[in-house]
Amino acid sequence: MIGFLAATPAERRLIPGGRLQGPTPYVIAIMMFVMVVIGAAGLALGSSARLVAAGVDNRYSVEIADGAAKAATAQALLAASPGVIAVRPVSEREMRKILQRWLGPAGAASDLPLPAIIDVDLAPNAPVAAIAMNIERQVPGARFVAHKDSLGPVLGAVRSLSWLALTLVLLIALATAAAVVLAARGTLDTHRSTIDVMHGIGATDDQVARLFQRKIALDALTGGTAGAVAAGVVLLLIAGGGSTWLADLTGGPLLGSRDVLLLALLPLAGTILATIVARMAVLKALRASL
Amino acid sequence: MGNAKLSTIVEFDRVGLRYGTGAEVLRDLDFQLARGGFYFLTGPSGAGKTSLLKLLYLAQRPTRGRIRLFDEELADAPREAMPAFRRRIGVIYQDFRLIRHLSAFDNVALPLRIAGADGADVEGPVREMLAWVGLADRASARPPTLSGGEQQRLAIARAVIARPELLVADEPTGNVDAEMAGRILHLLTALNRLGTTIIVATHDLSLIAATPGAQMVRLDNGALVDPTGSLRHPPLARQEQGR
Repeated sequence: MIGFLAATPAERRLIPGGRLQGPTPYVIAIMMFVMVVIGAAGLALGSSARLVAAGVDNRYSVEIADGAAKAATAQALLAASPGVIAVRPVSEREMRKILQRWLGPAGAASDLPLPAIIDVDLAPNAPVAAIAMNIERQVPGARFVAHKDSLGPVLGAVRSLSWLALTLVLLIALATAAAVVLAARGTLDTHRSTIDVMHGIGATDDQVARLFQRKIALDALTGGTAGAVAAGVVLLLIAGGGSTWLADLTGGPLLGSRDVLLLALLPLAGTILATIVARMAVLKALRASL
Repeated sequence: MGNAKLSTIVEFDRVGLRYGTGAEVLRDLDFQLARGGFYFLTGPSGAGKTSLLKLLYLAQRPTRGRIRLFDEELADAPREAMPAFRRRIGVIYQDFRLIRHLSAFDNVALPLRIAGADGADVEGPVREMLAWVGLADRASARPPTLSGGEQQRLAIARAVIARPELLVADEPTGNVDAEMAGRILHLLTALNRLGTTIIVATHDLSLIAATPGAQMVRLDNGALVDPTGSLRHPPLARQEQGR
């Protein structure tokens, strides 16, 4: 598969110029750096959304608007219901603390009426509808609320951001491909006289294209690896510092081994893309001649 | 007639060539060249010699007419077939077209490497060829460091290293003195004796006089001047005549 990267010394001499000559490897390095960072952010957001969604998947709340008097009944009913794993009433202190974040000191005022809230964890196969119907019938004014419904808009936004990040990665990949096309055309123009001589002697388009795609592939591999390594260092620095709170918040690591493998494969994918694009650009240009 | 057809290497049938929408630079070219022949292509500047050579070494397709080369029709040949034809043709360009960043050795080796040879299959023949053109001690020199005559001989070595059946040379003595011109002609004659058909575009009539048995193809204003008709029905190649 990578046989075209090997070349005899004579073939290497035909198109002079070592690796890291010209702007192409540097452009690819910068593009790869941005791709890996944005890709990592996208994957981390996706992981966060999955972790948060998994955390609230079987979590519900019973909200009783007019109060504490009915809370004990509701708690007893919930504890006796099939499929209920845990029942935890939210204390008034916790609720006032949350309210104070939004309302300021007024949130602590004793004349501000508070609902009773009971958090409930259900088993994955628990009869959710039956439990909800039972509690809402037995405790007038009670509402059985799924946490995932409350967090739905937030998770949707996070997932959208994740897709946006992956779309940006694709767009940067396209921009890289365009840069490679320009680089291939530039290299082709620079070596036009050599190509004309080779053609005149009987070289096939494939023989000529192999020389250029090899050069571009090495540039892409060098630049891509450098960019990915730099991005990796930056991500490790971020992961070692400020992002740990996010991992704590979501209850798990933001990038799994599969995500890391995916990011590590980006330079290889970039090299393959650059090689294919360069080959197509060179062959198209060569076909314009006899 | 059958023998004559077998010995034909190039056949032009009412060939015309124009560049873009301009006037025809070649008109109604109708001739055959015998395999193993030695031809001089002459005519005033602007007569179309270089354009005719371009048709012969497949740098241009005719805009009308039919060309047969090596007994194969070129008009219908796909682009992908051109490299195989070109490997049977050696070209000595007027401006040499040597690759400046390659050594003399690598320049001469290029046709062999393009044909797929490597290692000893390249080393021996290239050293031998460089010695044949008197450049054995300049194998590692790059073209810009060679004199005009040396570059000319290097271009000849590159053109003939793969033993082409047809050698096309555009003013191969145009940039060298009389002594060097004589040496180059000697090289071409020696190659012709080995069976290669030679076509040389030149203004130098003394070359023609110094090459017994060579035929002259004269172009004037894009048309062939062939009062004897010998180019339409060429004699058999000299080797065949000698048998």
